[in-house]
Amino acid sequence: MSDEPNKDLRSPLRRKLLMGAAALPLVSILPRPSFGAGPATATVNTTGLAVTDTEVTVGILHSATGTMAISETGSIQAEKLAIEQINAAGGVLGRKIKFIQEDGASDWPTFAEKAKKLLVNDKVAAIMGCWTSASRKAVLPVVEQYNGMLYYPTFYEGLEQSKNVIYTGQEATQQILAGLNWIAKEKGAKSFFFIGSDYIWPRTSNKIARKHVENVLKGKVVGEEYYALGSTQFNSVINKIKLTKPDVIFTDVVGGSNVAFYKQLKAAGVDLSKQALLTISVTEDEIDGIGGENIAGAYACMKYFQSLDNANNKNFVPAFKKAWGEKTVIGDVTQAAYLGPWLWKLTCEKAGSFDVDKIAAASAGVEFKGAPEGYVRIHENHHLWSKTRVGRAKLDGQFELIFETADLVEPDPFPKGYQ
Amino acid sequence: MFGEYSIGDLGSIFVMQGFAGLILFSVYVLMALGLAIIFGQMGVINMAHGEFMILGAYVTWMTSNLFQSFLPSLFSGYFFLAMMLAFLASGALGMLVEWVLIRHLYKRPLDTLLATWGLSLMLQQAYRSIFGPREVGVELPQWMLGSLKVTDSIEVPINGVFVMGLTVLITIVVAYVLYKSRWGRQVRAVVQNRIMAGAVGINTEKVDRFTFGLGCGIAGIAGSAFTMIGSTGPTSGQLYIVDTFLVVVFGGAASLLGTIASAFSISQTQSTLEFFMSGSMAKVLTLLAVVGILMLRPQGLFALKVRK
Repeated sequence: MSDEPNKDLRSPLRRKLLMGAAALPLVSILPRPSFGAGPATATVNTTGLAVTDTEVTVGILHSATGTMAISETGSIQAEKLAIEQINAAGGVLGRKIKFIQEDGASDWPTFAEKAKKLLVNDKVAAIMGCWTSASRKAVLPVVEQYNGMLYYPTFYEGLEQSKNVIYTGQEATQQILAGLNWIAKEKGAKSFFFIGSDYIWPRTSNKIARKHVENVLKGKVVGEEYYALGSTQFNSVINKIKLTKPDVIFTDVVGGSNVAFYKQLKAAGVDLSKQALLTISVTEDEIDGIGGENIAGAYACMKYFQSLDNANNKNFVPAFKKAWGEKTVIGDVTQAAYLGPWLWKLTCEKAGSFDVDKIAAASAGVEFKGAPEGYVRIHENHHLWSKTRVGRAKLDGQFELIFETADLVEPDPFPKGYQ
Repeated sequence: MFGEYSIGDLGSIFVMQGFAGLILFSVYVLMALGLAIIFGQMGVINMAHGEFMILGAYVTWMTSNLFQSFLPSLFSGYFFLAMMLAFLASGALGMLVEWVLIRHLYKRPLDTLLATWGLSLMLQQAYRSIFGPREVGVELPQWMLGSLKVTDSIEVPINGVFVMGLTVLITIVVAYVLYKSRWGRQVRAVVQNRIMAGAVGINTEKVDRFTFGLGCGIAGIAGSAFTMIGSTGPTSGQLYIVDTFLVVVFGGAASLLGTIASAFSISQTQSTLEFFMSGSMAKVLTLLAVVGILMLRPQGLFALKVRK
């Protein structure tokens, strides 16, 4: 009795095994990464990190739950993809990267606690993580105290620099100034209306933008408005925009408010093909929620668009879609998150070590030629040299590249004359 | 401040601003109506109100996708069907929740706060698991986009007009149901004296279930309508919950008229202030005014006079 079902099971199984055996010679001639051939563990790891002869552990720390999951999901996906690709190409210093993923749950103290767990309990060699400035500010003292290495992907307000952090997104002056110059020249723009969400990043960014408009472009800021995070009603400010008739609406509204703002702008009859609008907060990810028809014609200023036409990006976009689904889109921050594991790998190889102090010291000058955005290099201040680009939103939710700076823009987290 | 603008410009801006206030008013009424029934009539502090709204929004999104794939010729009218489905879905979920959770807590109203807060977290995670953590874009038929040109300089958004019409309609229906129908009389009887209502033969459990379902269903319609003006994501419901409670509590919990009056005063104050100062500041002043008035009148603007 008991033998019979086994018999049925056995034959297909056996066939599979046979097929597997037949394929073995094929597999063995494919180039396969072999781990464990790198330099001795004692030489690359003198500080007790989680490094073995065949493996090195890193942490991924983003919000997979809570209100920020909307934004951070893309970063998690990009980091996992990068790790997978690095492993397929032979890993780091002959070791396979293993990751431990922790959930910051959109709660800043949780971020700090999980960062501590990753560094103290898991002894990770690096953390890819954080998204909002608030979460980074919470994690910063932890990585400094326990001497960890954080790769932070989001474009942010600047005014920060740490030995223990590599900022793979743009700081505010890098992102904003080139875009303002372009729109002032291209559209002859003289008057600007600023509207943002009410927290540190939009306020600092707008402060920099205002100084630039007034002192450099000799233009005028006709309005500067902030709405609480999560606001859903923008009709009043849209009326003010209609009254002041600015040449350019400059926006850094974030999150769910973004959707409300663009829907209401469109409903109020503001035609973005005639009214210039420059945003520094809307990527392809946000357009998914806003709807292409509500934002088509707007200009966005950042360093990466999914539609970029270069060889690296042509490999990256299909690989990302293959891993995470045909419909997923790739925004600026997602791309910056993808840079994190790669830059860390290149730095480890340059330093010949996983030790955090050696990596921090070796970071300056590390260049990544395979970046989807083109080419990036780490500056001495631990930010990236990168190009700034302006794209125009299309109906299908993608951006069309309109302008890019000729050279890499130098990161300047503490800009003189802008504070 | 306005010296540099012409009289004509200013005139039309003030008309549009008045209209913006009216839209805000209808939005507030629409999101508060469901809660006014649940909190006002039943005393249940429903922290999951926003999630019931977002269920309506997701139903709308799914309906729009279905129409796009299978009935593109009827796409221009899908929204009406979507609103009905949203009402049914949220209402059905509401009745289920009442049966599983709420009915055990009628004697402990403060516990409903914790229980429904937990429910709201569970629903958020459920949406995240089912629909994904990213926001979804609900595509609207062409006729609902854009604005109506009244004069050369006065334009009113079509979706605003739509929300206003919908709010008026639903308010009339709710008022009729609560104050004119036999069922509404039963609801009010149960609210005023549950034991006595039961003694005269009213099935109080059934009344409770349908009342809760009705409140949640209206939240679903509101969520469906708000896909026109806001975002649809797992946590979007949180954007509305504070304002909703503010309107209901300020109005006086057990009064429909109070809810409307409170929505009107809050929305007008806010939209007027927003025009003369920044958005955040307007919100602060509005909240301060509400707090001040609630200190003077803790029972809210309108309150039922009942013997305690």
